[in-house]
Amino acid sequence: MLYREAGQFKSSYAEDGRIFPIRQDRIGFALLMLAFGVVVPLLANEYWLKAILTPVLIFSLAAIGLNILTGYAGQLSLGSAAFMAVGAFAAYNFILRVDGMPFLLALALAGLAAALVGVLFGLPSLRIKGFYLAVATLAAQFFIVWVLVKFPWFSNHSSSGVVTAQEVRILGYAFVSPEAKYVLTFAVVAVLALAAKNLVRSATGRAWMAVRDMDVAAQVIGFRLMRTKLLAFAVSSFYCGVAGALYAYTYIGTVEPEGFNLDLSFKILFMIIIGGVGSILGAFLGAAFIVLLPILLDNLVPALFGDALGAGFASNLQLIIFGGLIIFFLIVEPHGLARLWQIAKEKLRLWPFPH
Amino acid sequence: MKLKHSALLGAALAGLLASSVAGAVEEQFIGLPSYRVGPYAAGGSGVFGGWIDYMQLINERDGGINGVRLTWEECETEYNNARGVECYERLKKKGSTGNTVFQPVSTGITYSVLDKAAQDKIPVVTIGYGRTDAADGRVFPWVFPLITTYWSQASAIVNFIGTKEGGMDKLKGKKIGLLYHDSAYGKESHAILDKLAAKHGFELTKIAVAHPGNEQQSQWLQLRQLKPDYVILWGWGVMNPTALKAAAKVGYPREKMVGVWWSGAEEDTVPAGPAAKGFTAAGFNVAGANYPVVADIKKFVYGKGKGNMEDKTRIGSVYYNRGVVHGIITVEAIRKAQEKYGKGKALTGEQVRWGFENLNLDEARLKALGATGFLPPLKVSCADHEGPGVVKFQQWDGGQWKVVSDWVESDRPLVRGMIEESAAAYAKEKGIKPRDCSKEG
Repeated sequence: MLYREAGQFKSSYAEDGRIFPIRQDRIGFALLMLAFGVVVPLLANEYWLKAILTPVLIFSLAAIGLNILTGYAGQLSLGSAAFMAVGAFAAYNFILRVDGMPFLLALALAGLAAALVGVLFGLPSLRIKGFYLAVATLAAQFFIVWVLVKFPWFSNHSSSGVVTAQEVRILGYAFVSPEAKYVLTFAVVAVLALAAKNLVRSATGRAWMAVRDMDVAAQVIGFRLMRTKLLAFAVSSFYCGVAGALYAYTYIGTVEPEGFNLDLSFKILFMIIIGGVGSILGAFLGAAFIVLLPILLDNLVPALFGDALGAGFASNLQLIIFGGLIIFFLIVEPHGLARLWQIAKEKLRLWPFPH
Repeated sequence: MKLKHSALLGAALAGLLASSVAGAVEEQFIGLPSYRVGPYAAGGSGVFGGWIDYMQLINERDGGINGVRLTWEECETEYNNARGVECYERLKKKGSTGNTVFQPVSTGITYSVLDKAAQDKIPVVTIGYGRTDAADGRVFPWVFPLITTYWSQASAIVNFIGTKEGGMDKLKGKKIGLLYHDSAYGKESHAILDKLAAKHGFELTKIAVAHPGNEQQSQWLQLRQLKPDYVILWGWGVMNPTALKAAAKVGYPREKMVGVWWSGAEEDTVPAGPAAKGFTAAGFNVAGANYPVVADIKKFVYGKGKGNMEDKTRIGSVYYNRGVVHGIITVEAIRKAQEKYGKGKALTGEQVRWGFENLNLDEARLKALGATGFLPPLKVSCADHEGPGVVKFQQWDGGQWKVVSDWVESDRPLVRGMIEESAAAYAKEKGIKPRDCSKEG
């Protein structure tokens, strides 16, 4: 009933090619953007903005980055956190060493720096595939973190290797309050997510998907493999790099190489697997799932059981439940949360008269 | 059925309300960002277990601090910065006066909350980790790296080696190997040891071990060729027992190995088995359960079945006692702050900060607490947020840690000079104007 599309005709190519062909979706999307862009910063308290919503948005961006590479172009990568580290340290050094560097430009340059490194580590993808490529990107993970620790220049010779992010200032306005930081993050993520959505629907995206589905066939029909794969690495790393810079500047406020370890790379990989491989929406759903569920459990388990369980057992129980839920979701819906939403939508379009 | 349910719920709620009204005693809330899972769980469960047990002791034996009961809530950080920030925000507003003090027992999380805590007016206490130059209280009014820092420790280790050799002048021409964890933490040792090497004329060879450090064959081959007079072990986690075993394999005497305080717990030596015997390590607290304070915990807390440790044999271990030290310092700072802001009142983080800054645990006070020799006397001031900067050395005899030295001092002028230099650079970068300590009350 809600989703009736009777009477909605597409009378031009532009209308046919929209991201949301159904009017209800467009209204829903606009409401969603309004809610998260305007209402949330006005209403939410500091805890929600700082500790919950900002990280979800940032990890969504990183997950979009990995999704472009793994979900769309079919290249398995375990180096996402390292590319985030490149972005974070690049932004820090650009702002530190270039006088009057505007923040948004630094953000873009951080992304470009990450893209450059990404292309470099994407080179093996021309020869190796699948799990072997994952191992090659694993090398990126360890190598980049090692370089950032090894050469103190990157952290401006800080004795502990940890650097504090500078103040974010755009056109004279200092982004200090949690609301301001959230809005900035939201704006950057929204713009980049929209760009990603359009990119994967364009010729580039189709080239990626062709390579993903069968690279020999794609080559035969005229896609240049090297260009397509390296472009996927570049774009993916760009997104991860920007996410890393945001992580440092609007979320944690400090940068340290060990923070971007293999665990984080795995986490981002889990986000796209849970959310849905090859789906932009999935990146958001997956990030929300992986970031929020442990926090929810940490609140829930002590509230339910009190001190009846030992503190150590309560902490381990959370991990057990978390892992169990991941397995449950993967069995129930192997294509991720995005697929669940898609099924729900199909049903809604027919509801309440499925016949 | 439903009615019964809601009636029950109502009764429970009423009970809850009644108990909170009846219990109108003042409460001081302390948020605990603990970690009991993940690679560092062994350390985390010991430290936070000991800390909670000490606070429980204060509640059970003394009825709180001047009648103010301590309450606390744990938040699992998994030693992860992002989770730590979440915990910081979650715990910030809990309790009647908000979180009193934040002690994450993780250098990464410390850095992540440093600026926020100053804005929220919550003191950050980092005992034996964290940002070394925060010892300059003029630049970092809200941070307290109490008792000692990594730099003081490195200097104390060199002094200890010097004493063993029979004088600091004997260090000239000696070879010292530094086996360090290849991370920001391990590299904290470089600047200070380089300076000390230049000052005393010993030859320092730095050898990195990649994280996690369970493979050290090539490093020990290098050490065997080098034949250093001493090896300083600046390790963490599995790297420590591996180093001890590798040393045994190449025949390097463990008596010549000196570890830092993150290398000197039972968790580091027991897995190495007999290879650990003779190994010496620094510590700002000592192991052992035969101190009156630990005996009291056993009697008043575990006697009533309210202890936090699941494995009771760990009571009195290095990490557990370190947690008790955290507890003592926290409680004493609150006590001190109550002297100024009103006895028997719950205090805000800002008031407790004053308590930390004016903390003075002298020998008499330590004796009253039953902790003589358990931790060093500690006097904090506006300019000096570190305190004595001393460590004791303990030797592993194959079954337990034995104290083999008194409190060993560091090269105070050198360390303090480096701290002030580094803090001044931070203040300049951040545009902070250092406080004038003569105006602080």
